[in-house]
Amino acid sequence: MAETLVLIELDRQQVKRPSLHAITLARQLGGAYALLILGHGLDEVAASLISYGASAVIVADDSALAEPLADRYAAVIAEAIRQQGAKTLLGSSSTFSKDILPRVAALLDAPMLTDVLALEKSDGATTYRRPTNAGSMLATVQLEGDRRVLTARATAFEAPAADAAPCAIQQLKFDAGGLPNGMQFISREERVSDRPDLTEARVVVSGGRPLKDSEHFERLVGGLADALGGAVGATRAAVDAGMAPNDYQVGQTGKVVAPELYIAIGISGAIQHLAGIKDSRIIVAINKDPDAPIFEMATYGLVGDLHQIVPQLIESIRKG
Amino acid sequence: MKIVVPFKSVPDPYAGAGEAAKSVINPFDEIAIEEALRIRERGEASEVVGVTIGPAAIDEQIRSALAMGMNRAFRIDDARALDPYAVARILRVFIEKEAPQIVLMGKQAVDDDSNQVGQMLAGLLGWPQATFVSKIELIENNTRVQCARETDGGLEVITVTVPAVVTTDLRLNEPRYVSLPGLMKARKKPIEVLSCEQLGVSVQPMTKTLSTSRPPKRAGGTRVESVEELMVKLKQEAKVL
Repeated sequence: MAETLVLIELDRQQVKRPSLHAITLARQLGGAYALLILGHGLDEVAASLISYGASAVIVADDSALAEPLADRYAAVIAEAIRQQGAKTLLGSSSTFSKDILPRVAALLDAPMLTDVLALEKSDGATTYRRPTNAGSMLATVQLEGDRRVLTARATAFEAPAADAAPCAIQQLKFDAGGLPNGMQFISREERVSDRPDLTEARVVVSGGRPLKDSEHFERLVGGLADALGGAVGATRAAVDAGMAPNDYQVGQTGKVVAPELYIAIGISGAIQHLAGIKDSRIIVAINKDPDAPIFEMATYGLVGDLHQIVPQLIESIRKG
Repeated sequence: MKIVVPFKSVPDPYAGAGEAAKSVINPFDEIAIEEALRIRERGEASEVVGVTIGPAAIDEQIRSALAMGMNRAFRIDDARALDPYAVARILRVFIEKEAPQIVLMGKQAVDDDSNQVGQMLAGLLGWPQATFVSKIELIENNTRVQCARETDGGLEVITVTVPAVVTTDLRLNEPRYVSLPGLMKARKKPIEVLSCEQLGVSVQPMTKTLSTSRPPKRAGGTRVESVEELMVKLKQEAKVL
């Protein structure tokens, strides 16, 4: 039995590291928590999760769960909640959680909060803080009812230590034959990249529309990222213009990043983009418009032509 | 085939700083309306019905939606601050009455940023769902919908059987402009107003916003004059290189 279930996200039988940050929120909530994974062929990944201080690692392993189809996953997660008698379901904010967890909330007749940044407990009541309006407002929210679903914004919670005594691994019993059958997986774009994951990288270099085309984008933004061992991001405008794939998009409706160093190239600083970068430790902006809003929040701003500045910057970094 | 598009009225997210933001159709919902109209224009759907929840003050956004070309539009009259789950529970009853084959709606509202209602609605109805969709194709005699989804790992393609809930992402389409004659004509189309009581649904929001505040501003604004100066700052001051 556990008061809280933490859904851990997998990508090809590997743990998605940012999804572990929800464990830190589980610890702050207090009470016993179990980790839950769904998929097929999970023995190894389950074994990698036993030291996070959970009461158990619960495994739903079946060929019907090989792909994360929301109707099936939601049904199995709701079943796990019922069997554990859990009150809170946690995930980390990602397209995986945002797809599946609201559906689970509906099956549990429970309210849900997306992108929780912090929680506060006083007099037995818990309140949660979350961003709204592209991060320009913070709301303090209270929930009613005896069950709840939350997604934690990974950048707002530390990675948990894996130093606890090993816990048990339990196979979840569920009726795989009775799962919904209305969704079918067809294909996934497989892109091989040597670059780190955008949401986990220490350095992120992003480009905007002034990069002109995908070739310049890759040479300048990609080149600088590679010189720094960093990941590549893009604005919505750059993605819309076909300069970068959709999963590079950083901002309100894309990914939220908080690296040590964020370098914005040719990005004016629309509030929708700033929403995804404002927790970065150091922000560098390179833009030819001295009045671009990004300069107001950048740690260091350099006004000038990116086509001249970025090659110079790549060269100085390569020289050390 | 009938398509229902639930949509929300939100403060204009592109209003300049200091301007009083006027209300607009949530941009993601506008994309959903556009896509529903395109499906109808291809002859694959016969009717596009809009639905929104709120007070009479949002009738202007309903007119805009009708002016884009919707056949009919409903306003469920409820002025309370509703949370996503309350909205999903109200919509569920409406959708069961209208019985469309597809519910098409934005993946999130840009004021609340929750990204929940479509998935909750699909869960309550027991329908398949396709979220964050950037391409829609009706296949197998309109009995299935093939969708490209924008996920953190890149594009994913799934098919769902109808009836289904589909939520739209930014790159699905570019919504049409509403012409002035279109807007004039839409003034004559009736907005059908329903109460929760008429629908036979009674819900209480389970999420209560106690307060809102502005996040602390980042202290930024140091200008550097050259790549050399930037390198020195990054190495010696920020110690990040």
